[in-house]
Amino acid sequence: MTVKQLSRTLLYLVLALAALFFVAPLYVMLVTSLKDAEQIRQGNLLSLPTSINLESWGMAWSGACTGVDCRGLQPYFWNSVRMAVPAVLLSTAWGAVNGYVLSHWKFRGSELLFGLLLFGVFMPFQVVLLPMSQVLGALGLSSSIVGLVIVHCLAGVAGTTLFFRNYYTAIPKELISAARLDGAGFWRIFWRIVLPLSTPILMVTLIWQFTNIWNDFLFGVSFSGADSKPVTVGLNNMANTSSSVKSYNVDMAAAVIAALPTMLVYVLAGQYFVKGLTAGAVKG
Amino acid sequence: MALTLEKALPKLVVAPAFILGFAFIYGLMLWNGVLSMTASRMLPNYEQFVGLEQYQRLFQMERWWVALQNLGIFSVLYVGVSLMVGLLLAIFLDQKIRGEGVLRTLYLYPMALSFIVTGTAWKWILNPGLGLEKLCHDLGWESFAFDWLVQPDMAIYCVVIAGVWQSAGFAMALFLAGLRGIDDSIIHAAQIDGATLPQIYRRIILPILRPVVFSTVLVLAHLSIKSFDLVMALTAGGPGYATDVPATFMFVMSFTRGQIGLGAASATMMLATVAAIVVPYLYSELRTRPHDR
Repeated sequence: MTVKQLSRTLLYLVLALAALFFVAPLYVMLVTSLKDAEQIRQGNLLSLPTSINLESWGMAWSGACTGVDCRGLQPYFWNSVRMAVPAVLLSTAWGAVNGYVLSHWKFRGSELLFGLLLFGVFMPFQVVLLPMSQVLGALGLSSSIVGLVIVHCLAGVAGTTLFFRNYYTAIPKELISAARLDGAGFWRIFWRIVLPLSTPILMVTLIWQFTNIWNDFLFGVSFSGADSKPVTVGLNNMANTSSSVKSYNVDMAAAVIAALPTMLVYVLAGQYFVKGLTAGAVKG
Repeated sequence: MALTLEKALPKLVVAPAFILGFAFIYGLMLWNGVLSMTASRMLPNYEQFVGLEQYQRLFQMERWWVALQNLGIFSVLYVGVSLMVGLLLAIFLDQKIRGEGVLRTLYLYPMALSFIVTGTAWKWILNPGLGLEKLCHDLGWESFAFDWLVQPDMAIYCVVIAGVWQSAGFAMALFLAGLRGIDDSIIHAAQIDGATLPQIYRRIILPILRPVVFSTVLVLAHLSIKSFDLVMALTAGGPGYATDVPATFMFVMSFTRGQIGLGAASATMMLATVAAIVVPYLYSELRTRPHDR
């Protein structure tokens, strides 16, 4: 074997080992969820189930207990859907119009204001938890899904505005000014020219926001009540519940269920997800 | 009249974002600062102003120091290891690899998961009884012992492992994007001059990647300061409070211990830490970036 062949082999070996490291936990989750308690005790992390056992999936979805509540993950899953759908759509639409103004209708001070808004992308949200719970209380929205939607829109608008502003900056100024000369107004230009060019950034932002909001735990655990807990909080409570017997198979099935929507988005639209990830960090 | 409305329209459209956004970011930040200077316990209590007393209390608490120490360990290892693994994988993936797309997808999918899912999965993998330990025993390594998750001194490293697992692919994606942006002709020129591949990477490519390294560190560092979900799901701050980080400390004080003033003070400290890292970056980004390209 030549040196070149050897180094190529090594290269592939390292890459394959890394792939194993990243895939292993998903594999472990899936095989564990298919075992029963006896098989979990007999086997090990990597051993295949001796018989396929879907019982834990049913338990995780609609029968597992957290304390005295034995409804499984199902109610929390639907809470997350009812929270994420409006919050994703609203924060994305809001970011789109903001980005449009901040790229093609700049005014004195708009850059500075935008810079100040950007801190919202990075700030630790711990700092808003206590005041925000008071604001939600004063609005009568404590422990409600509407309250969570509002918080997610406010927390997300800095990021969505950034995405759209950076994207719209690349639309040639001449295109906009030509339309203005033809007498098109603010909204007409937005609907007829800018929005039709926005499909890629719309996809990126929708996916980015959906991933963030679906996966959120901090706001969910701080602001939700018994009837509005999102799926991340439901999963965490279920997995950390101090019952006498630990049912890891049910926990793993629940974890996969909670991960399924964002995984699905990643598989179907991974390229947009990656763009969203890199857009925040590598600019220009 | 119609003309003035048309002129003011852009400002009107963007006004809610600035008014509500600033109220949310800076208004609540200030409010939190005020809370941190009161003696609030179970409920906010604005009558009893105590100045910086809560901060004094905070820094006299052993638990807070444990949280800070854990944050130090976690940040350094999480950022450092993610960075190195990410860079290595990106460089390797950039060597015209067959199946690159599949590998990239596999490296990056953890980033689509919730930290709660990651924490739940790793809690099972790392559990002392039936997890990794049992696996190694079954594979014939009888003396293997792995109980970090329940060791107060070692549990924080479990958080690091799970965190790196989730984020290394993210670093890889950023570096790969950076590598793909490098002009091939520079590399060809260096090759013609007789430079070896390691030399080219060390002397030419890494320096070009410096801004990418910088922003990756920034993003990972601020994520590590904010990390909350992963710790909650994996160790819930335990055993005892051995794996507490500032974010879990803040949550426990504010929402379960009835120490709102103290919780607010710890949140302010987190804010100050993030701001110290991010503000210079934002400032330079906005200053050096030409507005009209």
